[in-house]
Amino acid sequence: MTFEESERLSTVPPSGIRRFFEIAEEYDDIISLGVGEPDFAPPWSARDAAIASLERGQTSYTANRGMRELRERIADDVHSRYGLDYDAGEEILVTSGASEAIDLAFRAFHDPGDSVAVAQPCYLSYVPSATLAGADVIDVPTREEDDFKLTREVLEESGAGEAETLVLCYPNNPTGATMTREELVPVADFAREHDLQVFSDEIYAELTYEHDHASIASFPGMRERTVVFNGFSKAYAMTGLRLGYALAPPEAIEAMNRIHQYTMLSAPTTAQHAAVDALDNCADDVAEMRAQYDRRRNYLLSRFDDMGIDCFPAAGAFYVFPECPWDDADAFAEALIEEEGVAVVPGHVFGAGGEGHLRVTYATSMSDLKEAMARIESFLD
Amino acid sequence: MSTREEILALLRENARYSNEDIARQTGLDEAEVAETIEELEAEGVIRGYQAIVDPSKTDVERVRASVELNVTLDRETSYADISERLAKFPEVTDLRLVSGDFDFAMEVEGDSMSEVSRFISEKVAPVPEITQTVTHYIMESYKERGVEFGDGRDDDRLSISP
Repeated sequence: MTFEESERLSTVPPSGIRRFFEIAEEYDDIISLGVGEPDFAPPWSARDAAIASLERGQTSYTANRGMRELRERIADDVHSRYGLDYDAGEEILVTSGASEAIDLAFRAFHDPGDSVAVAQPCYLSYVPSATLAGADVIDVPTREEDDFKLTREVLEESGAGEAETLVLCYPNNPTGATMTREELVPVADFAREHDLQVFSDEIYAELTYEHDHASIASFPGMRERTVVFNGFSKAYAMTGLRLGYALAPPEAIEAMNRIHQYTMLSAPTTAQHAAVDALDNCADDVAEMRAQYDRRRNYLLSRFDDMGIDCFPAAGAFYVFPECPWDDADAFAEALIEEEGVAVVPGHVFGAGGEGHLRVTYATSMSDLKEAMARIESFLD
Repeated sequence: MSTREEILALLRENARYSNEDIARQTGLDEAEVAETIEELEAEGVIRGYQAIVDPSKTDVERVRASVELNVTLDRETSYADISERLAKFPEVTDLRLVSGDFDFAMEVEGDSMSEVSRFISEKVAPVPEITQTVTHYIMESYKERGVEFGDGRDDDRLSISP
């Protein structure tokens, strides 16, 4: 007897990031600018609340959709920050990270043969999650000349109008691109004209430096066709606590919850207690982390500029996405680890449109960033 | 945040940032950074730059104490007069007027407990306005000016992650 992978799974390749992880793991003392998570610990107040909940023995399952008090705070938070109105009772699902919510949405709303248009380069889970749900993926490569924003032109050129669903993520991992309210208008128009569902991953919404975050769900005629994903990993540096959520109309949340209740039952209880405190008490911590990220972003952009490396002015998340100085980004990334002990990730790993670029994370201390930039500079000389 | 506030925030975070580091992080011109810092120094907004040292990690044994002082004022003597007199002693590292059960919170430093005790009894207690001194020797320091003295948090993140 041998285990034989399902046909569906066999179409999902191993993660393209794996190879670089293995190379980086061979070296001690590398400075990694290849990490996709904050370098901060969660605000102490939220950690303390999690500890207190454990001391009280609050470790049972919660409601499938998440603790009511947490959903109420999420409803208030997305209302005050992004002008979104979702009902705590029926329109919010708390999940084990935004990744779970993304997987639920693909499985809840797609059948084999559906197509899903994915704006790229993007977070590594969308394409495999869509594929596992049986959907075909239409690549929508964004372009450096547009600062990696999603435009009507690339939507049309890629045939995204034929899809059932459009997936987008702004602020973007890996490019750091953001979209203003005005820039989202043609995307919303396109979605309505082609009657598309929209999956909008807004996990980096709080890490927007040049303008306020705009949610596509807040446009006329968009709320009823959009699932918004967000969570606590990035803004509150709570990655390992695994807590995210989906916002969508009642029938969509009901459908996603039907999978969630069987696979996850409920999101981690300790993390939910931390999240309640995060929303109550940690706005200042988020503002301080944002200010620090913003300074590091300025620092990197300025250093790359002086090195003569083209880098569009990324305004969100904690990534910049410079052009690779060599034609072969894989070779560059490997040589940079081997010779200088600095890890970055080639952009093509994140999908169409990422070729010839590097994802450089600034979720790292200023002293490490300085050292890493000095090493990159000497590597290029 | 104004330019001055932004520069102050960065210097309070790390006083060893070069003008170039500050310029790159804020998008300001390096010359503007230099000029603003000079202004802040000239106006006395910035009073100095010092390292935060964990005494337990050095070979030099120094004794520190925090001292509570009670004083009585009269028509001729103000808090400022008393503080001026006390602040002149090099042994006094910090001096603050506080609310509550006592008037001044003072920190003193010396080579030994006996030296610190002698300083308090011979130089501080005899000041006529001082009615009482309570001395607390500092036994261990866990956090100074926002910096924790623990071993810190290791970066246990995966070296590459999506």
